[in-house]
Amino acid sequence: MRYLPQTNAARKEMMDSIGVKNVDDLFIQVPKKAFIKGKTNLPDHQGELQIERKMLAYANQNINAQSNRFFLGAGVYYHHVPSSVDYIIQRSEFLTAYTPYQPEIAQGTLQYLFEFQTFIAQLTGQEVANASLYDGATAMAEAALMAMRVTRRNKICFGNDIHPQYCEVTETYLKNNDGNSYTVTEDPSKITDDTACVIIQSPDFYGKPHSYSDWRKACDEKGALLVVVINEIVSLGMLAPPTEADIVCGEAQSIGVAMSYGGPHLGFFACREKFIRQMPGRVCGETVDADGNRGFVLTLSTREQHIRREKATSNICTNQGLCALAFTVHMALLGENGFKQLAVLNHERACELADALIAIDGVSLKNQHFFNELALQLPQGKNAGDIVQQLADDYGIIAGYPADDRTILITATEITTDNGIKALANALQEVL
Amino acid sequence: MSTVKYTNDHEWLKIEGDTAWVGITTYARHALGDLVYLDLPEVGRKVVKGDDFAVVESVKAASEIYTPVSGEIVEVNDNLQNNLDDLKEDINTGWIVKVKMDNEAEAADLMDKSAYDSFVEGLE
Amino acid sequence: MTNLAPLNDNIEDTMEINDRTRGLNYDETLLFEKEFTDTPGVDLPAAKGIKSRTGQKTREKIGIHQVSEPQVVRHFVRLSTKNYSIDSGFFPLGSCTMKHNPRINEKVARLPGFAHVHPLQPASTVQGALAVMYELQNWLAELTNLPGVCLTPSAGAHGELAGVMTIRKAHQEQGNGHKNIMLVPDSAHGTNPATAAMCGFDIRVIPTKETGRVTVEAFKEALGDGKDVAGMMVTNPNTCGLFETDIAEIVDLLHQAGGYFYCDGANFNALVGKIRPGDFGVDVMHINLHKTFSTPHGGGGPGSGPICVAESLKPYIPSPIVVKDGDDYRLEQDGERPTSCGRLKGYQGQFGMHVRALTYMMSHGADGLKQVSEDAVLNANYIHAMLKDDFHAPFEGPVMHEALFTEKYQKENGVTTLDIAKGLIEYGMHPMTVYFPLVVNGAMLIEPTETESKEELDRFIAVMKKLASDARNGETEKFHNYPVSAPVRRLDELKAAREPKLRYKKDAA
Repeated sequence: MRYLPQTNAARKEMMDSIGVKNVDDLFIQVPKKAFIKGKTNLPDHQGELQIERKMLAYANQNINAQSNRFFLGAGVYYHHVPSSVDYIIQRSEFLTAYTPYQPEIAQGTLQYLFEFQTFIAQLTGQEVANASLYDGATAMAEAALMAMRVTRRNKICFGNDIHPQYCEVTETYLKNNDGNSYTVTEDPSKITDDTACVIIQSPDFYGKPHSYSDWRKACDEKGALLVVVINEIVSLGMLAPPTEADIVCGEAQSIGVAMSYGGPHLGFFACREKFIRQMPGRVCGETVDADGNRGFVLTLSTREQHIRREKATSNICTNQGLCALAFTVHMALLGENGFKQLAVLNHERACELADALIAIDGVSLKNQHFFNELALQLPQGKNAGDIVQQLADDYGIIAGYPADDRTILITATEITTDNGIKALANALQEVL
Repeated sequence: MSTVKYTNDHEWLKIEGDTAWVGITTYARHALGDLVYLDLPEVGRKVVKGDDFAVVESVKAASEIYTPVSGEIVEVNDNLQNNLDDLKEDINTGWIVKVKMDNEAEAADLMDKSAYDSFVEGLE
Repeated sequence: MTNLAPLNDNIEDTMEINDRTRGLNYDETLLFEKEFTDTPGVDLPAAKGIKSRTGQKTREKIGIHQVSEPQVVRHFVRLSTKNYSIDSGFFPLGSCTMKHNPRINEKVARLPGFAHVHPLQPASTVQGALAVMYELQNWLAELTNLPGVCLTPSAGAHGELAGVMTIRKAHQEQGNGHKNIMLVPDSAHGTNPATAAMCGFDIRVIPTKETGRVTVEAFKEALGDGKDVAGMMVTNPNTCGLFETDIAEIVDLLHQAGGYFYCDGANFNALVGKIRPGDFGVDVMHINLHKTFSTPHGGGGPGSGPICVAESLKPYIPSPIVVKDGDDYRLEQDGERPTSCGRLKGYQGQFGMHVRALTYMMSHGADGLKQVSEDAVLNANYIHAMLKDDFHAPFEGPVMHEALFTEKYQKENGVTTLDIAKGLIEYGMHPMTVYFPLVVNGAMLIEPTETESKEELDRFIAVMKKLASDARNGETEKFHNYPVSAPVRRLDELKAAREPKLRYKKDAA
């Protein structure tokens, strides 16, 4: 078995040194009933060739975005990742490194985390950022919890159309303590002195970009925090950064990270400097070593659970290390002009897609303003879920997400082609 | 004439009339090592005996500081935030908060200096 | 013939080099400190100039840096040379299970049919992905003998949260609101009480100091009459590397009191393929795919922490899980299982890590996984036996997959656990886990894993013996200077915490 270097001779020598006859003597404290007896239902070991064939068979059963017409977004986006990214993240010293708790031999990891935090702060227009969280949904939940800690209040307000799964996850986290609650309202005058924070997503779940001055005013009046959630980070190449917000968080998967059927992705979290000691997750800081040379370390870890235990600010142990590296490499390749141009290309494709779609009889766009995601309203009597299924089954097109009975969220990115748009428009025309 | 009392969580109190000045003792200060941050409460906060009202952080640990008496925090020593070295057992400058006590009897039950010193000796 | 300029031996050639690059040791600046290039490291098609429909003014300047592709590649390759990794050498971090990360896992995860698939695609278009998850659910159920499996949690701590939330939901549904206490040993990793607190539980601590294990007496005292006890969170093998010998009796008492046993699966490498937690009374357990099942640590993530539960807790686990309808796979619908404790994460989990873990399981198979736990335990016991004369071992062997020592002998000469750790760095090895568990002073927790040969173990033992010998000889100053050969010397963590500088700013001093 290829991953087990011990030889039988070595095993025997070691057992002699320990003073036992066979390895089961080392397990004497385990109750007999807990040992596996005989064979399980699991197969024995297999070589690489057999496994590759089996897994390839599974993979080939899936309609993938690379080889098929693809228009699905709704919080996870298919963008082109430059080749260098994958080669960098597969370097042994990045792939198989541990969390940088021994900073002297982890300056590679720590420096890229510092660069990642810098990029996130720059993109979001905020002062500081952490070294990433699991995903956008948990990032939003953590923002809500942080706002509750900072304001010592226990009500959250969802202020516009936010990704339903993000709301579900936040609700799950809130439910753990009675006394927490949430409201849903688009009216800034409705927030109260009990409101810890207002959460706004931009672009929202239906693709519409938002601005924040009304909410900022309402939050200032009531002492609540303003949290902005972004799940298409490429939009920050064209849209104004949410500098009015106290916390900006969301999903950065669009840059550097594959869709991978839902994970791993890359949550990001940024906020104002005055809140850094309340910020959840790992954070990397600059310092000097014993010779006075610059170095980096994980810092402010006293907020984390392995030290504060019951009083921890959250129970996040992990950041998304390698995904954060992929993001950092991709952003480094894009740079100022590349990132802005990428955003413009996304938007232009969406404009072309929009024009092609509204030419179809009976459909309309819910929003006249969008970044790269359109909310297509279907004619009466047509069901969005059925249409999406039919387009997949009969045309092999992944057309979008049925956000509700009559709305499909359809996304264009820089990978969308003229032929793809034509194919979708024609197919839709036929099924409607 | 003020009295000084001690708790077995290593806080000291200087009692002046109905107000208690609260700080931490040399033993606690030593145990914490190099300090990086002090999280202070707001003036006006009501506390109950045993509540944690502040957190002091060193690089590897964070410790709550508990109030030995119930009452209202009437003054906070903001100077400490930028002068962490002043956080020590000095009944004039090392106080963290001043608490207007609800029940002065709570303070009376605490240890005096010699009892506290014996307590510390027992720990070592 | 041209007149050459006269040779002047007095001219000093003093071209200054202002970095510390020597040999293959690179002094690499921040990306942002390089010169801004005219064009970026990507070539994108030109924009068509279509009028914007965002409804907002287009952002003009972001302020991010720009360099070419060769510069980017060189920058990150140089950074990588400053990292230690499992591929570089021995990585004996206790409780972390730093085993070899097979590359076939990476190759398979990158197949377009896995990498370029969207979580919200209709089930009919992703049957292969769902089949992979379903098969992984089965493997985990078989290996633990806990039939209810949820793959959504993103990491170990997240899996813990899922497990404790499941317990909370189970009690809520049974009308046990009064059961609000979680029993946790003092040796537990900090995430355990943090998780319990996040779920609204209060903690009662079970002391373990003298024996390193939870004794029946200590447990009984913490349990009391059991009326308010919702469950207990125990790692088994525990954080001292020992199997909890009294676990059967303790679990009986707990179950009689109506509590559930949450087992932290961080140490599953000692049991995998040989022993099943469901068979010693565990009700819910999280598994760290990035520990026991070889998915790479990636410098701090991504991980994956699925949970496995006993039959009685199946209704309450988070959603969605993968189910099979006849021959077709699908995810549970919203609201399909109303007793679930809820959704913990967007979509259905870290699928990329599921693929890697399943590939690993298939590589080892049932026979290989049994050998994994046996070799892991053998390797740890070998280290325990060989080092217990030089380092203080607080508890008697046999140990399971990790060995615990303390700084007691070295402290006599002023050498601490931290110094030993930095000494290991000096000798080209990653330190063991230090200062955890908290139940002993100056803990050193060593987990070699099964992917180390005797040769590697012997080198580690030799280095540790040398460090112990240097400490005995009073070479304290040498220790306080370690490491001298790493890319940087010891770092000022106090400065980092007092004056947090968390990002690059161009005008910063």
